[in-house]
Amino acid sequence: MERRIRVLIGKPGLDGHDRGAKYIARALRDAGMEVVYTGIRQTPDAIASAAVQEDVDFVGLSLLSGAHNHLFPEVARLLREKGGDDIVLFGGGVIPEEDIPGLKEAGFRAIFAPGTSATEVVDFINREMQDRV
Amino acid sequence: MFPRDTGLLVGKVLQGETRTLARVLSMVENGDPLSESIMHDIYDPARRSLTVGVTGPPGAGKSTLTCRLIGYWRGSGRKVGVIAVDPSSPFSGGALLGDRVRMQEHASDPGVFIRSMGSRGHLGGLAGSTRDALELLAAAGYDPVIVETVGVGQAEVEVASLADITLLVLVPGMGDEVQTMKAGIMEIGDIIVLNKADRQGIDQLESSVMASLELLPEGSHRPPVVRCSSLTGDGIEELTGEMDGLLSGILDRDSLVRRRTTLILESILREKGRHMAARVVEARFGSIERAVDLILDGKTTPYGIGVLLSEEHASKAGD
Repeated sequence: MERRIRVLIGKPGLDGHDRGAKYIARALRDAGMEVVYTGIRQTPDAIASAAVQEDVDFVGLSLLSGAHNHLFPEVARLLREKGGDDIVLFGGGVIPEEDIPGLKEAGFRAIFAPGTSATEVVDFINREMQDRV
Repeated sequence: MFPRDTGLLVGKVLQGETRTLARVLSMVENGDPLSESIMHDIYDPARRSLTVGVTGPPGAGKSTLTCRLIGYWRGSGRKVGVIAVDPSSPFSGGALLGDRVRMQEHASDPGVFIRSMGSRGHLGGLAGSTRDALELLAAAGYDPVIVETVGVGQAEVEVASLADITLLVLVPGMGDEVQTMKAGIMEIGDIIVLNKADRQGIDQLESSVMASLELLPEGSHRPPVVRCSSLTGDGIEELTGEMDGLLSGILDRDSLVRRRTTLILESILREKGRHMAARVVEARFGSIERAVDLILDGKTTPYGIGVLLSEEHASKAGD
């Protein structure tokens, strides 16, 4: 039985800066994961629907516009609504320190600040996977 | 969490329950021990769900065309399934599955189910479990199901044996007309789509494709050739018209079902054969690596192991 870790990387909201998202997607691919990249300007509903259909283990969101306090929890809520409550959420982008506790409360397991190395994200995913099984 | 109960899972797939369908697709992809009995219960040769293959070289616009086709069938209220295959890395085993980017507009439509698959080392333009994924989507009520292959080169023709109808997507600038004369990919299109028709070189592409088709033997089927632009939508109506025409002409669906069933059975036999042979080698030598050691030490050859397997099989058959 060959189990691959599946991760969805998405960008909710209106900013079109996807370098960070693509950088992470590529790094996860090189770490042996299957990465579903959904592109920019996605609605929370589109991201949550895709995550359920793709049966991913993780959803990683990237946002630089400042709308994270609204959009991130919305993705979390829709995922729960669609039965994807076992999917682990993480986020990154330009997110002020003081917003992190609120996002964690909304269901995000990790928020990565700018400058985070790809290895940190890979390690986080591998650690979470170990805890699951 | 998720019950590991075949009957329950099968029941929910047949009801079209999205979360279960998605999970069962993963089980099949991962070769879960339950997956064979699930497929056994799901398989139904009487099921009629149209399967459309979309194939062509990387960057030809397959995903964008698929997006257009989804829109066409959604317009008539049909539930559309999509299986989009992208290549897995031969080194890390990872994959970047990016076909959804071009299908964004259908992402929150509950009548559309899109699943991305890594090829996971399978050659032929599909993943090893694509055939099972097709059956599952059809069982969940998706009709048609579109199968988009990885970007193919010349010889990846497997999709044609799975699909009822295969669209070969070509674009200008892929080489001279000798390319269109080669065997393989050029032979499998039921319709040849000349995409990016707004680009330079489209006339040349069309004339070399036409020239190649003229060389087909008298009386053989000549696939229609359609120019379009998936991006602007130009020519899409003509394409769907040709498709519907071809489909209404396919009276002998039974032979399509027979072909697909033969393919499924053959690939199961191949997989089982490989497993059984590997088990014999492991029983005899400990592991494949150990067998390679012996070969390199000059004790036997790969062919010698082949002979051994044949003898083993013959002695079992004689029992």
